[in-house]
Amino acid sequence: MNLENNTSLIDEEIIRKDESKGLHNLIYVKDLSLWHGKQQTLKNVELNIRDKGITVLLGPSGCGKTTLLKTFNRLTDLDPDIKTTGSIFFEEKDILTKNIDVYALRQKMGLLSQRPHPLPGTISDNIRYALKLKGIKSKVEQDDRIEYYIKKVALWDEVKDRLKYSANSLSIGQQQRLCLARGLAIEPRVILADEPTSALDPISSRKIEEQFQELSKEFAIVLVTHILRQAKRLADYTAFMYYGEVVEKGKPSDLFENPKTDIFKDYLQVGH
Amino acid sequence: MNSRKYLIEKIVKIVLLIFTCFIVFVLLSIFYGIFKKGLPALNWEIISQVPKGGYYFGKEGGILNAIVGSLYLAIGASLIALVISIPAAFFIHTYLFSYPKWQKRIRLWLDVLWGIPPIVYGAFAFNFMLFMGWPSSLLAAMITVSLLISPVMIRSMDESLQHNSKGLFESALSLGFFKGEIGFKFLFKQSLPGITTAFLLALGKGLGDTASVLFTAGFTDYIPESITEPAATLPLAIFFQLSSPIPEVKERAYAAAIVLTIIILIISILSRVLSKRFSKNRIK
Repeated sequence: MNLENNTSLIDEEIIRKDESKGLHNLIYVKDLSLWHGKQQTLKNVELNIRDKGITVLLGPSGCGKTTLLKTFNRLTDLDPDIKTTGSIFFEEKDILTKNIDVYALRQKMGLLSQRPHPLPGTISDNIRYALKLKGIKSKVEQDDRIEYYIKKVALWDEVKDRLKYSANSLSIGQQQRLCLARGLAIEPRVILADEPTSALDPISSRKIEEQFQELSKEFAIVLVTHILRQAKRLADYTAFMYYGEVVEKGKPSDLFENPKTDIFKDYLQVGH
Repeated sequence: MNSRKYLIEKIVKIVLLIFTCFIVFVLLSIFYGIFKKGLPALNWEIISQVPKGGYYFGKEGGILNAIVGSLYLAIGASLIALVISIPAAFFIHTYLFSYPKWQKRIRLWLDVLWGIPPIVYGAFAFNFMLFMGWPSSLLAAMITVSLLISPVMIRSMDESLQHNSKGLFESALSLGFFKGEIGFKFLFKQSLPGITTAFLLALGKGLGDTASVLFTAGFTDYIPESITEPAATLPLAIFFQLSSPIPEVKERAYAAAIVLTIIILIISILSRVLSKRFSKNRIK
């Protein structure tokens, strides 16, 4: 028996338990701790991410929610000072182990960052990069899909006449939707969103939020935010984090009506 | 109170203006000096012919050997430098991304390297050539000059990548690209204006640098036919002719200086135009 088989056994067990309760979870975070040098940023995090719907990670700035998000697609690898213990199960594998294919993992977990980062090239190039990564070589099919994904994020009417322009020429809100479309073109299972509206004006933010509600029917979305109202508007499931710990979690209806801890009560009051 | 502010404002403005004018004046007087002394000797013959017997005593011939030699040398050296610099710059911004300390260290080393005087490079290369028993040649000079200009080339690409590279890098990684791919696909596009500027700067340096080619390129009255032959260069042609006691030859030195200045001017303007054109798709 090697280790890999062991981990998948654990996972199947959890899944069976979940399904008997009528739950469909996609990601299981088990006793995850993370150190940044000597500083502990995540403390024994236990969390399940639903297969469909929006899971909101709520909490004040610096509470570790972005770090938690980045462990999901292993962007934490970029910092050699970061050490983790515990596990994150996704598709029957512990994605924190060494023998995982990080590049394949990242394609399953699309990331939408705080500020949009279009890649150098034209608007259509930005989607094309993703399509080429997926191995789609025919130009016609690429063009079809570019249209499909740009329509999917409701950007088509705004850019259809200037697909050959630099992605830089778009407004920041449009860039963010383009980045979302690019992420979708990779065909992920999960969308990781790191305060995706924090750099946007209210109208652009609204558009992104509407997109998320639509996409949550197909994808598991993990949304990091510090905005309480956004959490209330969007969450199907919420985890409140404070100083690296998941303090409270559950359905928003329970959580926001009956906060159990003082920290969360304070946060709810200040947020109003 | 306010009138005092106005007065000081005026004085400061005048002082700044004086210094600016001074440096512009220096530039213009160099131009004036070269053109005044060199224009009478500048004609089609001098830029279209190689030196003939007695050229260095004021007889017929031209400096075509040096013009062609310098262009060969500069283009060759810049291409070699480009081959060294592009991977180095990408390495700093991809695989060293997680090690900012090493990034800083390498930047410091490159800056130190850039500060080493060209004559030291020349002497070093010359010693090496003596040790290996190689004669002066165009190739030796190309390699020496390419080593001389690589640090500034890498740094100039590096500077053009510093802005925005973190977000770009992370979002490309999130799509599933690997680090090297990001370098050659996206950082290349992103740094294209920087690469262009760096290449043309290097060309200018390769054309103008005297000390590093003094021992390595040698000198000849002929146009080199292969990179193993010695080559004449414009700065050395100017140097030799300027040290002549014969007035006609001295005049020709200034004519050669005009040719060199004009080539460098064209390169500078070209670098502006091209780097603007290539920044079209750059993410700001």
